Amino acid sequence: MELLDPKFLESVILSILAASTPLLIAATGELVTERSGVLNLGVEGMMIVGAACGFGGAWLTGSIIVGAICGIVAGALMSLIFALMTLGLAVNQVATGLALTILGIGLSGLIGAGFVGERITPAAHLYIPGLTDIPFAGRILFGEDAFVYLSLALLIGVWWFLYRTRAGLVLRAAGDNHVSAHALGYPVLRIRLFAVMFGGACAGLAGAYLPLAYTPFFIPGMTAGRGWIALALVVFASWRPGRLAIGAYLFGAVTILQLHVQAFGLGIPSQFMSSLPYLATVIVLVLISRARTGGSTAPAALGNTFVPDR
Amino acid sequence: MRKFLIAATAVMVTAGASLLSASAEEKLKVGFIYLGPVGDLGWTYQHEVARQALVKEFGDKIETTYLENVSEGPDAERSIEQLVRAGNKLIFTTSFGYMDPTLKVAKKYPNVHFEHATGFKHDKNMGIYNGRFYEGRYIQGVIAGKMSKAGVLGYIASFPIPEVIMGINATMLGAQTVNPNIKVKIIWANTWFDPGKEADAAKALLDQGADVIMQHTDSPAAMQIASERGKLAFGQDSEMIKFGPKTQLTSIIDNWAPYYISRVKAELAGKWETDNDWDGLKAKMVVMAPYTNMPDDVKKLAMDTEAAIIAGTLHPFKCPIVDQDGKTVECKGGNHLDDGQVLGMNFYVKGIDEKIPGK
Amino acid sequence: MQLVLEKRAERSNTIALVSPLIAIGLTIVTMVILFAILGKNPALALRVYFIDPLTDSYSLQEIAVKATPLVMIAIGLSLCYLANVWNIGAEGQFLIGAVAGSWLAVKTNGTDAGPWVLPAMLVMGATGGALYALIPAICKVRFGASEILTSLMLVYVADLFLDYLVRGPWRDPNGFNFPTTAEFDPVATVPILVEGGRLHLGAIFALIVVFAAAVMLSRMIKGFEIRVVGAAPRAARFGGFNSKQLIVLTFAISGALSGLAGIIEVAGPVGHLQPGFSPGYGFTAIIVAFLGRLNPVGILIAGLFLALTFIGGEQAQIAMKIPLDVTKVFQGILLFYVLACDSLILYRIRLVSTSRQVPSGTA
Repeated sequence: MELLDPKFLESVILSILAASTPLLIAATGELVTERSGVLNLGVEGMMIVGAACGFGGAWLTGSIIVGAICGIVAGALMSLIFALMTLGLAVNQVATGLALTILGIGLSGLIGAGFVGERITPAAHLYIPGLTDIPFAGRILFGEDAFVYLSLALLIGVWWFLYRTRAGLVLRAAGDNHVSAHALGYPVLRIRLFAVMFGGACAGLAGAYLPLAYTPFFIPGMTAGRGWIALALVVFASWRPGRLAIGAYLFGAVTILQLHVQAFGLGIPSQFMSSLPYLATVIVLVLISRARTGGSTAPAALGNTFVPDR
Repeated sequence: MRKFLIAATAVMVTAGASLLSASAEEKLKVGFIYLGPVGDLGWTYQHEVARQALVKEFGDKIETTYLENVSEGPDAERSIEQLVRAGNKLIFTTSFGYMDPTLKVAKKYPNVHFEHATGFKHDKNMGIYNGRFYEGRYIQGVIAGKMSKAGVLGYIASFPIPEVIMGINATMLGAQTVNPNIKVKIIWANTWFDPGKEADAAKALLDQGADVIMQHTDSPAAMQIASERGKLAFGQDSEMIKFGPKTQLTSIIDNWAPYYISRVKAELAGKWETDNDWDGLKAKMVVMAPYTNMPDDVKKLAMDTEAAIIAGTLHPFKCPIVDQDGKTVECKGGNHLDDGQVLGMNFYVKGIDEKIPGK
Repeated sequence: MQLVLEKRAERSNTIALVSPLIAIGLTIVTMVILFAILGKNPALALRVYFIDPLTDSYSLQEIAVKATPLVMIAIGLSLCYLANVWNIGAEGQFLIGAVAGSWLAVKTNGTDAGPWVLPAMLVMGATGGALYALIPAICKVRFGASEILTSLMLVYVADLFLDYLVRGPWRDPNGFNFPTTAEFDPVATVPILVEGGRLHLGAIFALIVVFAAAVMLSRMIKGFEIRVVGAAPRAARFGGFNSKQLIVLTFAISGALSGLAGIIEVAGPVGHLQPGFSPGYGFTAIIVAFLGRLNPVGILIAGLFLALTFIGGEQAQIAMKIPLDVTKVFQGILLFYVLACDSLILYRIRLVSTSRQVPSGTA
């Protein structure tokens, strides 16, 4: 088995695509949330509730689509709690996000308890006779499951929304300077509400991806910290969608490749390999922040509470 | 005033409760400490299955309780002690990491009996038990050696502890009897249980040319991936054929029920004594799932191997054992390695090219 | 007509006093509903959770044992949060502190070292935690990198580092290759206070820390600086307070306290170093800090209360088969209510007519 064998490379790329997809979906949602000026640390909690509800929906109805919708709705509802607290009651965003994570982990255990041990048919992969059979590129471009395509469509959609529509411009304005945006007459709180719920819906979908396509069963805690990685990815990407894709696939690549390095028998301590994605994120964070004078490139109003004056 | 009322109510309720329990029939209370959730389809699940067998067997004579998701740190000691304080007289702690907490609580309560799984410290009122899973691994190795067309096995391992190392070695030794040139690729998942990671590891192993997957981790993820790719795999801890009807060759099933039943029986009869139980196929603590998805001659070979191990004519670690550096390992058990050597195994047998991590 | 939030002219002191009680009340109501949905007797469940653990000395001791690391870490975190710096990596600092102190225990294991070992371990633990916390602090003041994410990522790194050490170089040679260090010698173990229980010296440390923090925040210049830098950064600048120095200082103190808690936990209730010895104290302490409203005495109470819910949750699992997840749900909901009620201290909710709104197209 040659390292550069096309079949091997194709297989590795496919694994990386699959591993990166939940990160990409969740991070895309959080990117929109943060661009509007809200820091939602509850991504892990929303994802895992999405996983439990997504699996439950699919198992009860036999339909992956229903499962995905359940995941989306679950994530959105969780984020609604967050929105009520931080936007409605001007509560500290960091604390609320953490509370949401803990609540989510507990809730998903309760909801999912009835489904543990069950199995569903995982999401089908696309198959176009002729196209999918093209050696090397065929399966990568035309042989993935719907979630992978959806994640890319979502990212492109978000990019287009943020940079090519007026609404996106307004959202970014709310994130950079909510006082001015409010003075100009924009409904800052409503914009943020939309952004937060979009983020929640994405997190729920990303969580649902795991039991619906990645490993077709539900286990409590199956998100295994991916929500936190998604948060890091948004910063890694300097809040820009294009870089987000790069970051997500990079992270997915490190996760997969460290296993391959082991299987090659290279003898590097596995804990060191496992820690590489996290160390990489810290280093990138430092490098990005250094590159701009005056600090990070975050939306200037990120994390600050906004209560409109009347 | 409010505090007084609360306290008074608490006292009255507790007093009332203890009065009630004193007059109730004396059931034997049996407690269980689980590492993971009962639905993990793996390690904890099998203990839970055994516990339910106990309930079925003894009905009204016992009352069982379990605590799941007990982490192996300081919380473990408290959880075990809480089971004791709740009146449990026989307590099973089902993971290596509970060893020291169990010992501490055992010293404190000499009249309560403890059973600790997969450890090595014991006491007058603390027995230990484990399964000779390596016997099953040997059989799996034989099957894998026959069924692997590429001659490369993929092994998803958890942590480089003796229990896992002996499993890898037994697998290789079994496979080498059929294919002396068999190779194995090992990935250390550094977890007992993480479906996502196990799935990724399975993919990586298959990508690198392995065509039979074995695991020492607890979820059905690897079986699922192998099934998707049309390869073969072995299940672990419990039956995983649901996840790979055309994929599972067999599975090593932890069958704790007979052991648990015999221990509870002893306790009920007042005859419980500390013991060091390391049983395998013969005592049915280790059971092989039906041999499936293989041609008849391989099935026969597997069954013969199993029978030979049970009869005692075949020991997976029969001497001479040569380690990967070429040295012959000293043979302390007559014509096979003795239990102590197996329990402390920290070398690979010849034929494995990789090094044990951390050495 | 709609509900809007309006800032009050000044803090409402009545709400400040009453809000924790309202929050607890609301939480209890929510939990009663949850228990009912789960099919468990709510009154019995509440009793097992909150009252039973208070009725015997063993449980009371366990509450103190569990609360000790939580309170220590939370006090440190509160200093950071008061200064508006978000240290999320307390768990990592906790682990590194445990590792740093354990180094000495492992080195002197089996040798007949004197009683200097334990104090030295504690100092090393605190130092280790402080140094580890300085990484995100320096990344923030020098490079402007988000301390939330750097400190969080370092938690995973710390966890993996601990795992590597205990499986490799520090593994007990007589431990059959199992991932744990040798049991610490008695000189390297935190002394127990009460025979037969697990209450140890760490509890005294925690109380001292609470007292010291209370004194610092209310009477010392540095404490005042911390509070001003967090509440009014511009005023702080005018006052000449060096916010960068304060960021580094608060992180260092927080890291030291987390590290100290880590080595005490390992040298006390656990007795040796092993992977996964922490059930997430660093993260739970964040909740404790907020529940205690970033006030040292409040944190002490919150820490004890949260510890009570852990112990109660375990007993509920035994006595009523209530899953442990319910404890997490309870903690999340409690924090939500506390935060929500606290917001009423600074804001009030009002009903206003929408005609005064700036027109924005869609109503």
